[in-house]
Amino acid sequence: MLEVRELSMRFGGLLAVDQVSLDVQEHEIVSIIGPNGAGKTTVFNCMSGFYKPTGGKILFGDKEIQGTPDYKISRLGLVRTFQHVRLFNRMTVVENLLVAQHRHLNTNLLAGLFKTPGYRKKEQKSLDRAAYWLKRVGLLDLANRDAGNLAYGQQRRLEIARCMVTEPKLLMLDEPAAGLNPAETRELNQLIISLKEDYNVSVVLIEHDMSLVMEISDRINVINQGRPLAKGTPDEIRHNDDVIKAYLGEA
Amino acid sequence: MATSNLKHALFCAIITLVVSYPILGFNLVSQGTSVGLEGANPTTVTAVFLAALAVFLFQLFRDQIMSGLGRVPKPALPTTRNMSDATRVRMQNLIILFVVIGAAIWPFLASRGSVDLATLVLIYVMLALGLNVVVGLAGLLDLGYVAFYAVGAYTFALLSQYFGISFWVALPTGALLAALFGLALGFPVLRLRGDYLAIVTLGFGEIIRILLNNWTSLTGGPNGIGGIPDPTLFGMEFGRRVKEEGNISFHDFFGIAYDSTHKIIFLYLIALVLAVMTFFAIRRLMQMPVGRSWEALREDEIAARSLGLSRTGVKLSAFTIGAFFAGFAGTVFASKQGFISPESFVFLESAIILAIVVLGGMGSQFGVILAAIAVTILPELAREFSEYRMLIFGAAMVLMMVWRPQGLLPMRRIHIHLDKPE
Repeated sequence: MLEVRELSMRFGGLLAVDQVSLDVQEHEIVSIIGPNGAGKTTVFNCMSGFYKPTGGKILFGDKEIQGTPDYKISRLGLVRTFQHVRLFNRMTVVENLLVAQHRHLNTNLLAGLFKTPGYRKKEQKSLDRAAYWLKRVGLLDLANRDAGNLAYGQQRRLEIARCMVTEPKLLMLDEPAAGLNPAETRELNQLIISLKEDYNVSVVLIEHDMSLVMEISDRINVINQGRPLAKGTPDEIRHNDDVIKAYLGEA
Repeated sequence: MATSNLKHALFCAIITLVVSYPILGFNLVSQGTSVGLEGANPTTVTAVFLAALAVFLFQLFRDQIMSGLGRVPKPALPTTRNMSDATRVRMQNLIILFVVIGAAIWPFLASRGSVDLATLVLIYVMLALGLNVVVGLAGLLDLGYVAFYAVGAYTFALLSQYFGISFWVALPTGALLAALFGLALGFPVLRLRGDYLAIVTLGFGEIIRILLNNWTSLTGGPNGIGGIPDPTLFGMEFGRRVKEEGNISFHDFFGIAYDSTHKIIFLYLIALVLAVMTFFAIRRLMQMPVGRSWEALREDEIAARSLGLSRTGVKLSAFTIGAFFAGFAGTVFASKQGFISPESFVFLESAIILAIVVLGGMGSQFGVILAAIAVTILPELAREFSEYRMLIFGAAMVLMMVWRPQGLLPMRRIHIHLDKPE
């Protein structure tokens, strides 16, 4: 469903991403790994429309989306999270989820001002969806807290819930396990697998936690210094000499 | 420490004397063609010395006083913390209802001057509620808000002068035109944030004012525009004599004696209705997708965009809706004054409206209304100190920032009841 072909991103003299290709099929978890500074997040930023790539193509379905504005890409069903949690801190947890459903609601100003029955119905629907996802990630009791006051692990889960209420087709998670303790990482593991199994969402994952990556990925892409290094199933990657060299250095 | 305090205190007291005695202690009197110097009356001189004494004592015991101040309980405001959310909302609505009814009855009992002042307060309430959308909710620092106020006022003034349009037609026209200007300002500043945005909006405000000042052939320049008609009630005029053919006057229709306060009360009631409408419209907007996306943009623009909110749409809607209500306020202002000139729309006005929003508590509608009342009425009550108005204003701002940086009544998030999913 998503295909990245020979993607390049140049910042002045720095070629941050060089001819990276990857593809994601439906119902699949694909990981991107690589040492720090390898250009993983840059690939993400190109895919989600935050950067306009300087070369290559990104196909979502059969539509070319490279250079499309970020908010339009997200409306296509390609939603991402961030390396550092980006919540709307001074809004409540449930409001965070309602904002995300903005485009599902009737945006007609007058309908909202006079609370027409149609508007109420849609509003209730988005509230229900918010409640469902809050329960799913175990935050229902904290629904009316300010998002900024949640514990870090809860913020991470809220960020994923906030993506899921938009009903994405493809979810891009940028280091979702960063800063989580082992128990929380295991929970996250379960959650990501369930997103794929129960909600039929494909996931692209950037992650440093190898146990997480190896356990849940269907396929892995390795990037090193902006260039693709290897791709394959977790087993193939684990035994790939190039990857071992890149991570451990040459003996 | 005591000796150093004493020395410091003495020094401060002497400085106070040196600075204030020559300024306040002498009067210039004209003696024929020349100007002579005369000692001021004894009370002033005593006051100067008392002030020096006060400075001396304050500096001497400064540490004790300041630590005492720290222990003073922060101004206790009515708290509704322990109430359940539904009760709180119900109580709020009840209070609003009583206040509005009270405000509607009050002008028939009050003096002409105070009703006139109250109309001005309501105009500021509208302005502040509108700016609250832009600054408090969307987080876009707008220093040129007065421009939209001016657009509303001048729309009415010009249309009535050239086309004889009445207040009721001008009201929506002025608001819509102001909204259009809001949209026009929105476009160039889409990419700007924070300081840069503030500077550009400041420039926009000045452009409008200078344009009004210099386009003499259309706006009359600094001479302003006079003879702006009063609003009519179903075609009834409030003047002693009917100005327009076919209309009748209010007092003739009801067979009562002519009273000039009728007009003032009527204007006040119009302003009240508009202010209440503004309040409820914005309160509703805040709980709608538009309002939430304003706040989302303020909190984190990148995250908002990643969720499909278009920066363009959100920013423009904030500017447009904020400007719309300023247009309302401007039309009422023009009608109230009967005469407007660019002098009413200087930067200081923008600053005062912004100060109201900050004092009240960004985003909080009740806070903003409270602050609008305080900021408009206090200078009128303290007319004798009118020269010190800005000084008091500044001091109040500083104190507020020390004690309640979050504003008089900080915004409270509305709790949303969720049905438990099965």
